Parts: sequence; structure tokens; C-alpha cells
Amino acid sequence: MSERNGRIPAVEARSLSFSVEAATLLDQVDVSADPGQFVGLIGPNGAGKSTLLRAVSNVLSCQEGSVSLHGADLKSLPTRDVAELLALVPQIAPYTQGFTAFELVLMGRYPHLGRFQVEGSADDRIARQAMRLTETDQFETRTIETLSGGERQRVFLARAVAQQPQILLLDEPTSNLDILHQLKILTLVRQLVDDGLTAIAAIHDLNLAARFCDRLVLLAEGRVMADGLPEDVLTPEMIELAFGVESAIYREPVTGALAVSLIAPAGNPATEPGIAQESVSALSTASTPVGASEATSAAR
Amino acid sequence: MLSGIQSLRGYRQMGVTTRLALGLSLLLLLVLVIGLISLSLGPVDVPVSHVAWIALSAIGFDVPEFSRTEQLVIDQIRLPRIVVATAVGMALGVAGAAMQGLFRNPMADPGIIGVSAGGALGAVVAIAAGLTGLFFLALPVFAFVGAMGAALLVYGVAVVGGHFSMATLLLAGVAVNAFLGAIVSAIIIVLPDNAALREILFWLVGGLDARSWEHVRIAGPLILGSTAVLLLLARDLNLLMLGDDEARSMGVRVGATRLTMLLAAALATGAAVAVSGTIAFVGLVVPHTLRLILGPDNRVLIPMSALGGAAFVILADTVARTVIQPAEFRVGILTAFVGAPFFIFLLIKNKRQVYSL
Repeated sequence: MSERNGRIPAVEARSLSFSVEAATLLDQVDVSADPGQFVGLIGPNGAGKSTLLRAVSNVLSCQEGSVSLHGADLKSLPTRDVAELLALVPQIAPYTQGFTAFELVLMGRYPHLGRFQVEGSADDRIARQAMRLTETDQFETRTIETLSGGERQRVFLARAVAQQPQILLLDEPTSNLDILHQLKILTLVRQLVDDGLTAIAAIHDLNLAARFCDRLVLLAEGRVMADGLPEDVLTPEMIELAFGVESAIYREPVTGALAVSLIAPAGNPATEPGIAQESVSALSTASTPVGASEATSAAR
Repeated sequence: MLSGIQSLRGYRQMGVTTRLALGLSLLLLLVLVIGLISLSLGPVDVPVSHVAWIALSAIGFDVPEFSRTEQLVIDQIRLPRIVVATAVGMALGVAGAAMQGLFRNPMADPGIIGVSAGGALGAVVAIAAGLTGLFFLALPVFAFVGAMGAALLVYGVAVVGGHFSMATLLLAGVAVNAFLGAIVSAIIIVLPDNAALREILFWLVGGLDARSWEHVRIAGPLILGSTAVLLLLARDLNLLMLGDDEARSMGVRVGATRLTMLLAAALATGAAVAVSGTIAFVGLVVPHTLRLILGPDNRVLIPMSALGGAAFVILADTVARTVIQPAEFRVGILTAFVGAPFFIFLLIKNKRQVYSL
């Protein structure tokens, strides 16, 4: 995939395998992201999305396989250099022991500081800018413990932005956010990507994933089931296979983005062929079926 | 002072360098003032002015007369004692701050990895075997070896089997502390010698009586060295406080950094225990109080805990040796007697902050 356009991929994971206590969390996973691409990782709970992000960010080392960042082997890079290159936004914001939001965001500058250096006014500016972008500047002097889950998540995103990485990894960045901030945060990531950042995000919401990502990688049971443009990956067959959910895919008439309607768990008595068929046809009258529409990438 | 925490919001928004310069100069002044007063107090009354003259003459100034006795008392008795108190307070302060950060627990203290219990066993063995009468440095040497041995034992228990975690380290510390405590109790019970028993009891309470420049030479370099290491790694500790994954993704070599910090904290505490016995509560109450006021940034907290600990121990020891003259209280009694109620007061006053950690 990467050689196709003659560029070295920003992130390339080759046949990654990771198991813990007899459970195989990653099984020969190949994933790559080109510079300036927004790749979405989708898949059911336990598919290996978080594990993959942790492996790529050097937080855990896999028993098999390798990861390279801009062509350099992750294992051969000093930990600090990796942190300069890559930032990870954790799924669950950790306990922060009384640090204020600003203090936490400023930590994003640590990888850029020398051993005897402290943050200067330039670092201050970068941190404040990151807080403005994520709309967390209002929490500046509040301790993280006093913020809500979603606010906390945005503060951690602000820190990742302040880290000024070339590669941004996000583990379900929208899981705790209200609809407004889901859109704002993904739009922000999209803008950063359009400015040259490479992003890989685990995203549960298939509609948001389809709308904001350039490419989707569908994981299930630690394996890559599909990898490609959103319209190639998000098919009713794939969704049923990976999630066990019956769905209909169509172009959303307002945003023009690919949209997924989740009908019911596959094989559920409520989804007898008749009922399911009915819902699908009802939906397809209301919107353009995908196959017919021009399959360009989703609205940006 | 604690209602001032709110008004200190502004302080937390200053840069690290400004916060350090401000805080350190304040605390340094405090240490100097307490030290100067402490030097003048005792059975031989030396006015503060004479203390100043003695200090100035030592660095070559021409000063008014002072008596030879005064100079001897200051040079050979009070000053080394205060310097030992400073070093011990510093060690317990920085080690406490580091342990609280490493264990992500505001209740951690320097003894958590067995150093105090091991030091106690070493000291008790030296006293019970009658070595203290034969060899002047037997007590500190045995205590130090015991402290480091216990720390290594705790660490060894936690790493055996391959999977290391701070939780295992904590549990191993609890187990080893209990085990070594049992041995100490057993020795005390079977010991027939009452004088030795009294010596053991005195040591276990912690004291700074009759400390000499020799004690400074044993403990000083170890404490200064490990404090420097902890200061250098303070920024990494900020990230470690957020969790191993966080720290690693932010560029910290988690295993190596943590081991270095544990070792430095153990060395500092071991050296302090060797020259002062087990002084209670300093390592817990000093960093904890300072964290409530200054915030959790270890780049500020660790150096401030060094000076805060020093001020606290000098003050407690001064009170201990002057309050029931000519007899002496022990500094360990004072630190616990003052520290514990103050800590309880802090807990009640800041319940929400402390428990939300």
C-alpha cells in the first residue's frame, strides 16, 4: 500500500502478534499509515484496537513483528525520540495526583526539553494554543480531578497537541464527549492531518469514523479483517461478520458522508428477513444507495 | 496558613524557576534563622551575636571577643548536631516526596520499602552484640547495612518471578517490615542487659544527641548525592505519577528511572537512619504538606521538601534538647508528637483534595 505512492509510511506495523495469558490480542497484524493520512481503527470490543495503538506507541512491546516510524525501527529508537515523534491520547485519562489542566498540558513539552531545561515562554505559548484549540483553556487552573470525563479527555488531547508530534495516536478520543465536542475534536484532528499530521484513531462510532477518516482498518479478534477506503470496508457483510450486527449503508443526504444504520443484532428473532428487508428498503428510499454514488472520500 | 492555599493559586501559575527561586530562598532563610537560634540555645548560653561572631571569625573576619568555651560548644557540639539534623531532614524530605510520587500514594513514606525496619535490625544487632562500646561507628555502619539489605530484600521479593509492579513492591515492603520487626522484638525480649535495652529503645525513637562531624562525614555525601539524583529525575517522576503507560509514551525509560529513584531514596533514607535512628513522620508530613501548598510538580516539591525537612528536624531537635533541660527529649518523639496531630488536622481540613487523589 505504501510503496504505491513511493513514500515511506509514517507508521508501518508488520505482522504484530501479542498475547497475554493464553489470550491472543494481536495476531499477525499489518497496519500502515502514510504521512498526512487519518486512519481509523474500528472493530468490536476486544478486537485489539487499544493493544495495537499501545504497540505502535512503544508502550508495550510485542512478542512478534515490528513497527517502524518514518522507516526507522521503533525498537532502535531511543524512548525520548519516539515521544518527540509520536503522541498517544489514552482512552481512559489516568489519575493525575492534583496537577492542574495547564500543568498537564505543559508536560507535552517535556520530550522537547533538555535534561537541565525547564519550560520557557515558547513552551507556554504552545501549551496555551493547544488548550484553545481543544477548548480547554477555561479549565486552565482547575485540577484534572475536578473535571468531567469528557473535559479530562480533551485536556489529554491538548497535551498531545502541545507535544507537536508528527504522528498522533488516539484511543477512542470521542468516547466520553458530547455530540458537539465529538464533532469539534474530530474536526480538529482532521485539520491537523490536513496540515501534515499522521493520525491513527480507534473509533467506536462507525459514522464518525467513515466521515472523518481517509482509511479504515477493521479489526476483529486480533486480526485485520478489512483495510481500505471507508466505502470498501463498511459493507453490511463486513459489519455482520465483525460485529454480528445487521446494518444498512447509505450516503447521508445532508453531509454526503457514508452512513451506517444499525438495524439489529444479526440472527435475533426481531430481525427476521422480512423485517430487516423492510427496514433496508425503507431506508434506501430515503437516501442514495452507496453503490450508485460517486465513491469519493467522505466529507472533510 | 492553610486558608492561604487558595491565595497561592497565583504562585502555581508562575514558571518553575520563579517558583523555585521564591520558595527556596524563603525556606533557606527559615533554615538559617532556626539554625542560628538553635546554635545559641542549650545548657551553655551563647548569645546569638556571639554565634554570629564565631561564624564570621571562621571565615576570616575581625570580630569582637568571644570565649573559648563558647567556640568549643558551637564547633564541636551544636554545629555538627545541627548539620546532621539538616542532612537527616533533607534525606527524609526528598525520599518521602519521591516515594509518594513513585507509589502514586500520598500516604507513602521513606520506610515503605523496609529501610527503617532494616536499619533498626542492624542497630539492634550491633547494640545486642555489644559492638557499640568497642567501635564508635558500629551503630551507624550496622544500621546502614541493615537498611540497604532490607531494601534489596524487598525489591528482590517484588521482582522474583519476573513481573514487577509497584503494588507488589508495596506488599513486599509490608511483609518484610513485619518480619524484621518481629526479629527486633524477639531480640529485645531475650536480651538480658538492661543498659542495652535502654540504648535500643533510645535508638528506635530516633535521636541526634552527641552527633559529631564523623556522622556528618558518613551520611552527608550519601544524602547529597542521592538528593542530586532525585532532583535530576524530578521531571520524569511527574510523568511516572500519571502511570507507566503514560510515562513511557512521553519518553521516560520507566524501569530504569524508577529503579534509580528507588535506590536513591533508599540510600538517602538508609544514611539518615544510620546517623539518627528512625525519626518518625518527617518523610510523610513534610512532602505531603508542601504538596498541598505548592502543587504536585516534583521539580519544585523535591527541593522544597529537602529544605522543609531540614527546617522541621532542626526545629524539633532544638525543642527536644532544650525543653526539659538538663535532660533531653528525643527528636523522634517531637516529630511524631507535633507531626501526627498536624497531619490529622491537614487530613480533616483537606479531606476532599486528599481523598480525591
